[in-house]
Amino acid sequence: MKIKSKLRLIIQCAFAALSNGYLKGFLKGRIYSGPLKAVCVPGMNCYSCPGALGSCPIGSLQAILGSRAFNLSLYVLGFLTVTGTLLGRAVCSFLCPFGLIQDLLYKIPFPKKSVRLPGEKALKYLKYVMLFLFVIILPSFAVGETGVGAPFFCKYVCPVGTLEAGVPLVLLNKAFRYAAGALFTHKLVILAVILILSVPVRRPFCRYLCPLGALYGFFNRFSFYRYTVDREKCTSCGACEKVCDIGVSVLKKPNSADCIRCGKCVGACPGGALKTVFFRSG
Amino acid sequence: MKKNKTLLISVFALAAGVIMLAAGVLRGEARAILEKAVVICLECIGIG
Repeated sequence: MKIKSKLRLIIQCAFAALSNGYLKGFLKGRIYSGPLKAVCVPGMNCYSCPGALGSCPIGSLQAILGSRAFNLSLYVLGFLTVTGTLLGRAVCSFLCPFGLIQDLLYKIPFPKKSVRLPGEKALKYLKYVMLFLFVIILPSFAVGETGVGAPFFCKYVCPVGTLEAGVPLVLLNKAFRYAAGALFTHKLVILAVILILSVPVRRPFCRYLCPLGALYGFFNRFSFYRYTVDREKCTSCGACEKVCDIGVSVLKKPNSADCIRCGKCVGACPGGALKTVFFRSG
Repeated sequence: MKKNKTLLISVFALAAGVIMLAAGVLRGEARAILEKAVVICLECIGIG
């Protein structure tokens, strides 16, 4: 179990480093402007991060929906459908840099780690509001005189952009420091709340706010990478549900939209009844 | 039966995704994303 957990951490670190490998950007306060930026990365990774080599799918989706030339993004939706069908929310667990940051914060010792927050059920639906309202509806229809819609999720909510792009660019660039005002403060507050909350609660952003998690969650039930329960081997001991920091009813719904596929439950199953499968009907 | 149906949905979704992705590239969306992503997004960083 520990080996698998370490392997996941190595993959997370490697992918975060790979997708933010433009080191010159961090040194000079600039962003990468090469052709790789036309390619989306699977997780939340702001394309204005000085190190970013690819584009955030949520930022790209809003950019296309808010543009005058297109009113639907086949490219981003196609990319998300392919990634979601192959991996589902395993992307959240293995390939998202902001997921890695939350995982590291959750490792900090805290007297009382919580599986659920008060109002958990309602909070879980917030990510769908983010997806439909802030990512799709507002950028598509709340357009200005120029006919271009703003990326509402990036602008008013996204703590990933604040952490990966806002903070480093404001620190490295004098002009941005002068320009940072109320909006920047508002976004810093959201970021601070998420980061502080990540110590007692596992993955608060992924569970309550992430529109990408909402989308990949839809694919969990039929993605190629999935969990199966061998009902003949399962003794219903509940070990899998006890170790789940997210509160998923693993036995009832092994492919729940809330499951981020961290694999803790699979490792905890004493009889090997819970398994990970890829491209198998089992 | 249900398991085979799930696999069928997965294969269909994957094929649909690949077709949408290719159609998006052909109609110039990748270019539009590139043009947006190579410039610092002021909204994303909390300035604009």
